[in-house]
Amino acid sequence: MSHGKGVDKGGALRDRLVNDNVATSRTVVAAFRDRWGFVGRAVVGYVIRRLVLAVFVLWGVASVVFVIVRLVPADPALLIAGETATPEQLAALRADMGLDRPWLVQYGTYLLDAVRGDFGSSYVRSMPASQIIGQALPNTALLAVLACALALVVSFPLGLLAALRVNKLEDRAVTAGSLVVQALPGFWIGIVLMLVFSRTLKWLPSAGLDSPKALIMPVVVLSLPFLAILTRMTRSGLLEVVGEGYIQTARAKGLPERTVIFPHAIRNAMIPIVTVVGLQFGTLLGGAVITETVFSFPGIGRLLVQSIETRDYNVVQACVIVIAAAFVIINMVVDLLYGFLDPRVRLSR
Amino acid sequence: MTAAPTPVIVNPTLLRAQRARTGVRVRIVVTLAVIGLVVVAAVVVPMLYGYDPVAANLIDRLKPPGSTLMDGSTAFLGTDPIGRDLVPDMMAGARVSLVVGAATLAISGVIGVLLGILAGHFGGWIDTVLMRLADIQLAFPSILLAILMAAVLGQGVGNVIIVLSISNWVVFARVARSQVLALKNLEYVEAARTLGAGNWHLMFRTLLPGCVAPILVVTTTQFGQVVLAESSLSFLGVGVPLGVPSLGSTIHDGLQYLSAQGWWISTFPGVLLLVVVLAFGILGDALRDRFDPRLRSA
Repeated sequence: MSHGKGVDKGGALRDRLVNDNVATSRTVVAAFRDRWGFVGRAVVGYVIRRLVLAVFVLWGVASVVFVIVRLVPADPALLIAGETATPEQLAALRADMGLDRPWLVQYGTYLLDAVRGDFGSSYVRSMPASQIIGQALPNTALLAVLACALALVVSFPLGLLAALRVNKLEDRAVTAGSLVVQALPGFWIGIVLMLVFSRTLKWLPSAGLDSPKALIMPVVVLSLPFLAILTRMTRSGLLEVVGEGYIQTARAKGLPERTVIFPHAIRNAMIPIVTVVGLQFGTLLGGAVITETVFSFPGIGRLLVQSIETRDYNVVQACVIVIAAAFVIINMVVDLLYGFLDPRVRLSR
Repeated sequence: MTAAPTPVIVNPTLLRAQRARTGVRVRIVVTLAVIGLVVVAAVVVPMLYGYDPVAANLIDRLKPPGSTLMDGSTAFLGTDPIGRDLVPDMMAGARVSLVVGAATLAISGVIGVLLGILAGHFGGWIDTVLMRLADIQLAFPSILLAILMAAVLGQGVGNVIIVLSISNWVVFARVARSQVLALKNLEYVEAARTLGAGNWHLMFRTLLPGCVAPILVVTTTQFGQVVLAESSLSFLGVGVPLGVPSLGSTIHDGLQYLSAQGWWISTFPGVLLLVVVLAFGILGDALRDRFDPRLRSA
């Protein structure tokens, strides 16, 4: 578009406006220092409120998991000792595991242990649940971070392209494509990719994590829905921002379109994108359960499904709490980041 | 002498608006037709084939698409590992998936809308409690909650519906609440209040009709997501029980025959699932553009 072309090009006024503008788009670090320093006390209060909320949510999740796992119509002592155990052995095992104590006491010890990172032992494998999770978690983290990065890297240019060429062919192609990709069942596209790239072409391994190549398909599958949503958000966020007054100002002072879009428009368009990244991370973790199952990927999602199959409830419990904790922490970081990107959010609370 | 041709006045804005309206109408009609076709096929096809979920015919097992079977019929999409034609199997699966989706939306929709209207209308502690509850639930990946609960409740179509309803009411509650908040200070609501309408009348006669459009939009968008969630649960083995066909469980069954000998078993149900989810997604977007321009889709 050509708003403001030819307005006072090269005059002193323009120089001053451009300089002002350079001042407003300083490095992120400098802006960070300025802004947080300026309203330091409000920020501390904001961070504390977010931390309290996060702790509250985690406590809620831990409690729900405690109740649900105890609703299971299976006796953990029987699961460990096996069908052949005598009643005396079972009773001894129950006392040993603390299952004979009142629920409230069990709940208290459970919460205290969970805070210390102790989720009890696996019924199936004789090792602490936390240790089993410790082996699986880094793999899932790697998978999630790579999927997130891939989604961001691909969605940003696509969304930008669609927004700049709105209602043109490029926009329609990107919008339709993202709609289709969003509707793709994750487990099914995983199977189709496996069929093509490992069974037919034999380019990529279909399961496990023995080589970096084994990461390619799980990362792509996990990132697809995320990528589609981010593309749509980037497009709509940019379109919304472009209609605002300060963009017209930027154009009116004769800035090249590149400068208008890049520091000005993108920065504000980032706000909804950051929120979506945070909100969708839960979906991403949920998707990891499915992706890991399809590709037999040794992560926490597959561990969860396997533990449910083998009724290894201590591990199930630990998996759910760890995934929820990861989700809550990421959401908290996103909220803090959001407050930084948009001072209005921070000051209104 | 001929009359001068009437000048055609073209207003580009009006023209564009009209084209947009036609586009929305086309999207609604086409997606509704696709959905209707799938629903009818899901009901009729298993009956036409005399579908029996436990029948087995080992001679016809794993026949590729287009083969002629023992009884002389043609298996257009091939047969599964126990010799059943994939077409009725798939449509019976679609039927289960659609029923689960509809039941889930009915339950979670009624509960969610009710709680959302309550929260929006009364405000105060009811609102605080319900919305904090919703926040906590949204702070938790819903598929995780569903997996956990399904693991506890055991497999069963009813349990899948319960699990998905619990993880879906929040969406409806939020939409209904925000719509009530937007409506409650409008003049027509004020008028009803001035005329002495009680809480009951205000909530269900005055506010509820105003919530229908956004709820309709959300229901449509969520339908595809619920069908997808059901398939995911069934695929993971915590959804519908063994023997009950579902798109997800059929895809899972095909996983071990994933090569030249049986690629079609997972592929075609997946395509059908994609079509259903996509149709509901596009329909939801189109309905939003049609009925609720403020929420115009991205």
